[in-house]
Amino acid sequence: MKIEGNAICLGPDIDTDLIIAGRYLRTKDHTVWVSHIFEDLDLDLGKRLNGSVIIAGKNFGCGSSREQAAVALKGAGVKAVIAPGFARIFFRNGINIGLPLIECECKCKEGADVICYPETGALLIDGVEFHFEPLSDRILAILKSGGLLQYIKANQ
Amino acid sequence: MTTFSEQVLHAKEGTFVDIAVDKAYVHDGTGLQTLIAWRKLERDAPLFPERLSIIFDHIVPPNTGLTADLQNEVRRFAKSHNISFSECGIGICHQVMAEGRVLPAEVVIGADSHSCTLGALGAFATGVGATDMAAIWATGSIWLKVPHTTGIVLSNSFTGGAEPKDLALSCVELLGMDGGTYRALEFTGDGVEHLNIDDRLTIANLAVETGAKTGIFYPDSMTKKYLSEFGIISDTKLSPPLSYESKIEINLEDIEPVIAYPPRVDDVRPVSSLEGLELDQVFIGTCTNGRYSDLFRLSQILKGKEVRVKTIVVPASRKVLEKASSNGVLDILIKSGCMIGVPGCGPCLGVHMGVLGEGEICLSTANRNFKNRMGIGGDIYLSSVSTAAASALAGRITHPEVNNEN
Repeated sequence: MKIEGNAICLGPDIDTDLIIAGRYLRTKDHTVWVSHIFEDLDLDLGKRLNGSVIIAGKNFGCGSSREQAAVALKGAGVKAVIAPGFARIFFRNGINIGLPLIECECKCKEGADVICYPETGALLIDGVEFHFEPLSDRILAILKSGGLLQYIKANQ
Repeated sequence: MTTFSEQVLHAKEGTFVDIAVDKAYVHDGTGLQTLIAWRKLERDAPLFPERLSIIFDHIVPPNTGLTADLQNEVRRFAKSHNISFSECGIGICHQVMAEGRVLPAEVVIGADSHSCTLGALGAFATGVGATDMAAIWATGSIWLKVPHTTGIVLSNSFTGGAEPKDLALSCVELLGMDGGTYRALEFTGDGVEHLNIDDRLTIANLAVETGAKTGIFYPDSMTKKYLSEFGIISDTKLSPPLSYESKIEINLEDIEPVIAYPPRVDDVRPVSSLEGLELDQVFIGTCTNGRYSDLFRLSQILKGKEVRVKTIVVPASRKVLEKASSNGVLDILIKSGCMIGVPGCGPCLGVHMGVLGEGEICLSTANRNFKNRMGIGGDIYLSSVSTAAASALAGRITHPEVNNEN
């Protein structure tokens, strides 16, 4: 598994209200969440997400359990999120919908070329190498299936 | 050394378990997303419908035609599969579950981050998202990592106007917004004996604001008595470990009335640092502070006086509302000028009622003060019920021990 994208740097404690506000949750239309993503943080950020790898500070995805936050990130074209740590419900949600989440301490550089190998724990940011604990076999299996639902269907 | 999580999940901390879920619940918001995920699994029916609950609380009654349509979809699903369904107005999912549906030592999973609240009854209770919940509907089980544990050892009892919410906010301050991530918080020590179940539900509720998986109170005589009021006999015995790998000791006498400044729940400062700040709205309710003990506390401060700012009170459940009504508490609140809302989440998530306008300041007894959460451009300060009550009377942030003459 190889993940590639351009870095977008974000700060610590990005909560799920900031990723997608409560006022947009009550719909079945995923494109609503994509079009309002990060609206309360930075109005222009949503336009730059396609093909990106978000490199955030600690505790990314804290707060509400809303899965729409992870769905919106994936729908907006985010390839992966890398952070020193994630809020645990967000972490489960991300993996469950097939969005790779990598726990790694690294130095972010806006727009840098990011290459990440979740199986080996290697991360390259403009050629500078960082290392992280590889994802567990179960989490990798869920990601490779495309998410938990696909994983369950394939293994039932 | 065996922690609560190890005793209930039957495995060492740090290991992964696949475990049967005793009770699982969703609300109108996450219920819809769970249903969408569920349909992709192409199953005929949930494996154990008798273990599931669907409880409408977030937007009750519905505010738009679209919301009503979406709720109808979930309502129809519940009825067609014989899943326990709680209609709009019965209460907040965590409170409804606490009213006789959860037993000590059960594994309880809710599709809402504040599902950790039910740790107050000695259950292993935690929140998940919609896809995890759909998988529970299909398989009856979930994979979990047995969390490491932080012991929070309480001694003595509250003084000086402080109450359980002040302790809960002080714990978030001590641990920070991620100090409890992937961990369980266990509240033990002599100080626990003085805390009734409503108090414990308030404290466990805020565990997730530190990132914790759950907040635990060991079942004791208080738990047993509480459950007996719902016709449940529980003799579950669980004991705290002799020591913790990480421990915080708190003397409840040292806890003072505090406020969490927007937009962070861990930005906690003494009420005195903010006294006099003019308010536009006061909100008392939510899964943190909408229980009978809370409304009673509120009524004791408001009795015979009038609030000076728009004050919204939302009971956490119909049972709470009934008790407040039959004990005269409701009458006091109405006469003092409070607006009484339908049992549910009320204005907490900023989509339904009590939405803040640009520049408005709200003092709330809820658990989150994130940017724009209750309305774009509004600021949310979090406090205890007594601080909110004293502040509603004064129209500005006021220490709970101040005697308002009005």
